Amino acid sequence: MSALFSKKTPVTPKIEMDNVHKAFGSNKVLQGVNVSVNPGESLVIIGGSGTGKSVTLKCILGMMEPEQGTIKVDGQDITHIRGKERDKVAEKFGMLFQGGALFDSLPVWQNICFGVLERGLITRKDAPDYAVEKLRSVGLKPDIAYLFPAELSGGMQKRVALARAIAGDPEIIFFDEPTTGLDPIMADVINDLIVSCTKELGATGLTITHDMASARKIGDKIAMLYQGKIVWVGDAKKIDKSGNDYVEQFINGRAKGPIETYV
Amino acid sequence: MIFSLVRNFILESCRTVGRSILHFFESVGRLSSFAVRSLYFIFVPPYYPRMIFRQFIDIGYYSLPVVGMTTLFTGMVLALQSYSGFSRFEAEGAIATVVVLSITRELAPVMAGLMVAGRIGASIAAEIGTMRVTEQIDALRTLATNPFKYLVVPRIMAGLLMLPILVLIGDIIGIFGGYLIAIYKLGFNQAGYLNQTWEYLEYMDVVSGLVKAAVFGFVVALMGCYNGFYSDRGAQGVGRATTNAVVSSSILILILNYFVTQLFFGS
Repeated sequence: MSALFSKKTPVTPKIEMDNVHKAFGSNKVLQGVNVSVNPGESLVIIGGSGTGKSVTLKCILGMMEPEQGTIKVDGQDITHIRGKERDKVAEKFGMLFQGGALFDSLPVWQNICFGVLERGLITRKDAPDYAVEKLRSVGLKPDIAYLFPAELSGGMQKRVALARAIAGDPEIIFFDEPTTGLDPIMADVINDLIVSCTKELGATGLTITHDMASARKIGDKIAMLYQGKIVWVGDAKKIDKSGNDYVEQFINGRAKGPIETYV
Repeated sequence: MIFSLVRNFILESCRTVGRSILHFFESVGRLSSFAVRSLYFIFVPPYYPRMIFRQFIDIGYYSLPVVGMTTLFTGMVLALQSYSGFSRFEAEGAIATVVVLSITRELAPVMAGLMVAGRIGASIAAEIGTMRVTEQIDALRTLATNPFKYLVVPRIMAGLLMLPILVLIGDIIGIFGGYLIAIYKLGFNQAGYLNQTWEYLEYMDVVSGLVKAAVFGFVVALMGCYNGFYSDRGAQGVGRATTNAVVSSSILILILNYFVTQLFFGS
């Protein structure tokens, strides 16, 4: 009996990619990506430019369809689903885009509440208050709710984009290069916010970045993508002792090593 | 050596021609699919009344001064030209008929179509192109919103419905332009000119112009959305999308004008 209780029940991964391939013409971007993220875990995918990080994310989000392999969310195969089925899965996702991707034509409060209004989770009357609450959770003052994105600084835009990403209380949050274009202090503020918001929601996080400070802070696990394949995956705390040549070259920023750089 | 050079030149030429033909058919296929999807989603909820209203104002209301000015001066020039030409064989009496038929059947829809293509086609392509470049279209998808229904359908609906209204107003203003010149410059009798205007005007003259307007409105909105949606990255990509939207919709307006005319008056 006690053996029965001590047996660990297998956890269904929140996100699972199995042998995913994606090519654009003759350019093979993903060549058998295998990734698994458990519920509540934060995985950071690192890798140089053009290694397929964004394509990996877009395949999970359904913006691109892989030619081969399967992508599962909560055990459900979502590789080729479309229409309403896709929309239903999309409701589980929140996404922080590299440039924020805030809608220029809408004020901040409408940007934040766009998804929740769309899904009918709140009324239009309640939306400004809801947006203010989310603004507070990312450390912004309520008075910016009625400004337009063009009137905000880069850091504020990123925070508003984060507020929008968490507005629908998503189960999975994707972060695409969250600190790109920010000064080191603001980058650290964003990293802290990402960690606190993700933990508060109990959400699963998947981040792609080449900023190692960000990767170390956000990630529970780190995976390294190179030439369309995961070449190393392990505990974020153990990355400095990975014993992998690719990882060591990347985290130390060395020009010489197994990673080929084209100038 | 020479044989090899000639062979390579021929092969390279064939490759270039083949690539262009394939690219052309690929673009036609993609555009056709885009057009069918645009029309299909008009009948599929959800709808975005705020977006639709905004586009009605942008495409309809704000284009009114441009279309009004264009048709006013077109009607005035038409009256003046017809007078100087028709007076050679003493047919000045037909001026009112020429003005009303030319404006309602041809000039108001084509001029309005071209003006709206320049004003709206460019702005649609630039707006949607910028949204594509800055990942706002991807953001819509992640917020469980179909970008087609949110961005394309309101613009297509506004193009389809607003251009006929603009052309109807343009018809009135254009005819009034001809009337102004005929009465105050050429000395025609008011009652006689108005009588001549109505006498030969048929229901179908106006309807054909409005049908043309709806087709042109659809084309302008479609080409703007299509070019913006498939805009290349960067400022250059958005610039090219804007140019392509205006050029392609202008050419399509002129081509489709012939076919709609053939449909109504060909027999």
